[in-house]
Parts: sequence; structure tokens; C-alpha cells
Amino acid sequence: MSIHTQTIAQLAQGLKDKEFSSVELTQHYLKRIQQSDLNAFITVTDELAMAQAQAADEKIAKGAGSILTGIPYAHKDIFCTQGVKTSAGSKMLDNFIAPYDATVSHQLNQADTVMLGKVNMDEFAMGSSNENSFYGAVKNPWNTDKIPGGSSGGSAAAVAGGLSCFATGTDTGGSIRQPASLCGITGLKPTYGRVSRYGMIAYASSLDQAGPMTKTAEDAAIVLNAMAGFDEKDSTSAEQAVPDYTANLNDSVKGLTIGLPKEFFSEGLDDEVATQVMNAVKEFEAMGATVKEISLPNSAYAIPTYYIVAPCECSSNLSRLDGVRYGYRCDNPKDLEDLYLRSRSEGFGAEVKRRIMIGAYALSAGYYDAYYLKAQKTRHLISEDFKKAFNEVDVIMGPVSPTTAFDLGSVKDPVSMYLADIYTLSANLAGLPGMSIPAGFSNKLPVGLQLIGNYWSESKLLNIAHQFQLQTNWHQQMPQEN
Amino acid sequence: MSLSEEQVTQIAYLARLTLSDAELKDNTKDLNAILGLEQLGAIETDDIEPMAHPLHMTQRLRADVVTEQDHSDLFQSIAPKTGNKHYLVPTVIE
Repeated sequence: MSIHTQTIAQLAQGLKDKEFSSVELTQHYLKRIQQSDLNAFITVTDELAMAQAQAADEKIAKGAGSILTGIPYAHKDIFCTQGVKTSAGSKMLDNFIAPYDATVSHQLNQADTVMLGKVNMDEFAMGSSNENSFYGAVKNPWNTDKIPGGSSGGSAAAVAGGLSCFATGTDTGGSIRQPASLCGITGLKPTYGRVSRYGMIAYASSLDQAGPMTKTAEDAAIVLNAMAGFDEKDSTSAEQAVPDYTANLNDSVKGLTIGLPKEFFSEGLDDEVATQVMNAVKEFEAMGATVKEISLPNSAYAIPTYYIVAPCECSSNLSRLDGVRYGYRCDNPKDLEDLYLRSRSEGFGAEVKRRIMIGAYALSAGYYDAYYLKAQKTRHLISEDFKKAFNEVDVIMGPVSPTTAFDLGSVKDPVSMYLADIYTLSANLAGLPGMSIPAGFSNKLPVGLQLIGNYWSESKLLNIAHQFQLQTNWHQQMPQEN
Repeated sequence: MSLSEEQVTQIAYLARLTLSDAELKDNTKDLNAILGLEQLGAIETDDIEPMAHPLHMTQRLRADVVTEQDHSDLFQSIAPKTGNKHYLVPTVIE
């Protein structure tokens, strides 16, 4: 078995047993990154990685450290990393060296992980295909003519392509779950407020949430243990105790009630994707779970609600990027207004400008009530649907994405791209945790199963996912290499 | 309701963006299509509370004490242009 196919749990054992060192492990991954043509990385931090690996090896030699000590990972380029470029996939921040660490970066450093580099993403996390990056699209390791999904496309491709053991991601409307699904890995979006947003470049602050992207549910539990927790630097961080997410992985799923929302299996869902998802649900039935059809009647409004709420918040958040304090500044501004206008117009890409303008319009005088306030009310209705559903069921299952990965460059109009987010948006609007786990293939491309749980039920979701992965081997499949 | 190119130009200016002729044409089409997704008007929401935050939490407060040190040199080291601890921009008032 190659070293890059191993999980965190396996690598940690190998490091402890001195089968290999963290330095060797890191060198192996750096070589693979160098030889890769997936365009997954924006910045490779090889010197830093080697120094961290050496420090980890010293710690392991003393018998100290944690399960993550010496484990190499890929960090989404949305998390500030002190002294290392943090671009958010944008020309606007191409010259931005973060002056401080995001809390997530700090936590992973404290756990003695090895950062291999910063990975590619849709600009400011706005996109579902990774084609909106200033640094070019990432390719799907399963078929390099296909998109990897987005916005955490670099993270998903790095893990699926064996370029890192795990990765960080962020999910505002599906940006962890959808690329995890399309690249055949495990991705977890925790409950809103579970992981600190401090130092995570903001897109839509009431929706953004960071989480792990890994090979297995067990690995996701290990990484979430390091990432989760209250942070006084994030005013929306939840003061909620952090359990050991690995503690309940082996619980039985016998007696589990699974809700299948009929709205998630309607028109627009690819037949083959539906078949794979239903096969996965049958696997749970065989393990003793029962299935119940439920309804989330307002989920149809998730797309118009999200594409008002998120642009409104982004137009506000991205107003800070004005060419004055950091980031891109245009050449030879003739006056202050010219500096603002040209720095922003030259620094932002097309999709970011589109969303900023939608937000600016929806928040402008005379339109606020009709758009933003209305969307906040429909958001409430969408959230209430879940509340009712979780009175009847323990977990909701369904597809992550209506299709498998599509061809790079094939979806040109923004609305078609937005419509593909239909199954992931509502969990963000409600603030609920969600996962994608590998559940099969269609035309040699991965299909993910989505799990949505009640607030703070990450342990339960990880347990359910782990039990599925004990019965199936979809998560162990790796793309062919030339 | 449909947005005209003039309105889109005005929206762009509100967001401190300028659009080329081609961008204006594309954005007018795209913004109308995106706002056309809006089926929300038909939903009855008179008695529904707006939801601004998923956890319905209130803003946490803390004691008004100094918690950070002065990092202005570090923060200004990444600024496009500074002088005498100020961020420099083109002259606003002659």
C-alpha cells in the first residue's frame, strides 16, 4: 500500500512504529505535488513543511504529540496564515501576506500538523466548479477534463489525488460537501458556530463554516477534534462543549430513522446519481435503519433565498477591499474615487463582481424589504421545515449534487451553475451540519451521499458515516494514475 | 421587473465598480436572470420573523479592557502606500 493512500489513523500508527518519519512522509507528498498537473495548489510551502515535519519527528521520538503530529495537510487559501500568502483565489489578494494566523491555522499548528501549502479555490469561495479562481481551474483527479467542484476544489482534488492526507475546507452553500462528492472523498460542514471563523476570509458571515475534508469519516472526526471549539475572537462562535468526535464512531446504527425528503428526489436529479444514493440508503436499511419519506416544502426556495442573503453579506464584507490598507491597488490613481473604482474593478473577477452587485442592489434604498428582509423570512421557513423533520427522524439523507462532475468550461451562465447547488444550500441557511460521503460511481465519476443532522449532531453524523464505511469500500477507491 | 443598463451602471457605482461596455451588457443579462430566480414574492411571510442568524444568539459582550497590542507596523507593512503611520491615498482636499 502506498503511503499517500493511507488515512490519518494509519499514518499516525506508522509514525509511532517508526515505519517512516514525518520528514519522509512530507517529502513523499511534496514530490507528488510537484509532479501533479491538477493545479490544486496556489502556494507550496515546502521549506515550512520540512521544518514542521522535523519538529514533529523530534516530538514523536520523545513519545509526545497527538494523533495529528507530523501529518501533512493542504490548507484552503481562505485561512490566514502568518507570513504565507493568503489569496482567497483572487487577484485582489495575490500580494496579501497575512499578518496573523486564523484560529483554525493556529489550532492545526498546535496539533503539530505539517502544512504542505495553500490550496486553490473559487475566488472568495464564490463558485461551485473552481473555475472562478484567479489561479485557473483545478482538475478533477478522476477525470482531468472535469471540474473538481467548488469552492473547496483544490482541497478535494488534493485529498482525492493523493497530494495531501487531509485538507481544510469552508462551506457557505455547499463548498465542502459538493467538491467532496464530486471528488469521492469525505467532507463535513459542521453546525454554524462550531469552528471559529476568525481569520477565515469572510464571504457570507451568517452562513460560512469551516470543516475537514478527508479520506474517511474517522479522519474527519480526528481533524474536527482539532478544529472545533469556542473562540472569543469570533463573535458568532458557539459556547458549546466539544465532545471527542471519535468516541461514538463504533455505535450501531440499528434503530436509526432516516428521512428522505421527497423534494431531494424530484425533477433534475440524474437517474444514475439517484440509483447510487438509494443503494446507499438500502445499505443502511440492511444495517437495521428504517427509512421514512419526509417533506421539506420550502426547500424549493433555497436557491432564491441563498442568492439574495449571500450576495448581500458579500457586498458588505468585500467593501473592505478598496486598495487602501492591503491587497491590490491600481496603478497611478488620479483621485480617491478612481483608486476605489479601478482597484476593485481590476482586482475582482466576474463572479465576485456579479454577487457584489446583486447584494448592493438588494440592500439599496427601496429594495431592502422586497429582497433582503423577504429572504430572511423565507430563510426562517426553510429552517422551520428542518425543525419539524427532526421531530420525526434522526438524520436526513439525499444526493449532494444533481449530477456527477461536469466538463470544465461547459456551464457558462451563472444561473445554471447556481441551480446545481439545490441540495446543499438549505443546510447552510438553517445552520445545520452536513456531510458528503462516497457512495458509488456513475460513468467512472464519484457520487456522494449527503447526510444532514440536527444542530450539534456532528458525532452522530460521523458515527453514521463511519458505520457505512465499515460496510462499503467506495471511500477506498483512488483514481488511476498515469 | 427588469433592470436597465442605466440601473446596472448605477448599482455598479454603488458598489464602487466600473464595467466595460461588454461587462455591462453581460451583467445586465445575468443580474436580470438571477433576480428572475426570485419566486419569493409569492410566499406568505407576514407573520414570519426574519432570520438573520442561524442560532438565534445575541451578541456576546466583554469587559472594556485592552486585549490587543499595537501591531500597526506589522499591519502597515502590507499596505500599498503608507507614510508617518498613515495610509496614503491620492489628495482629497487641496
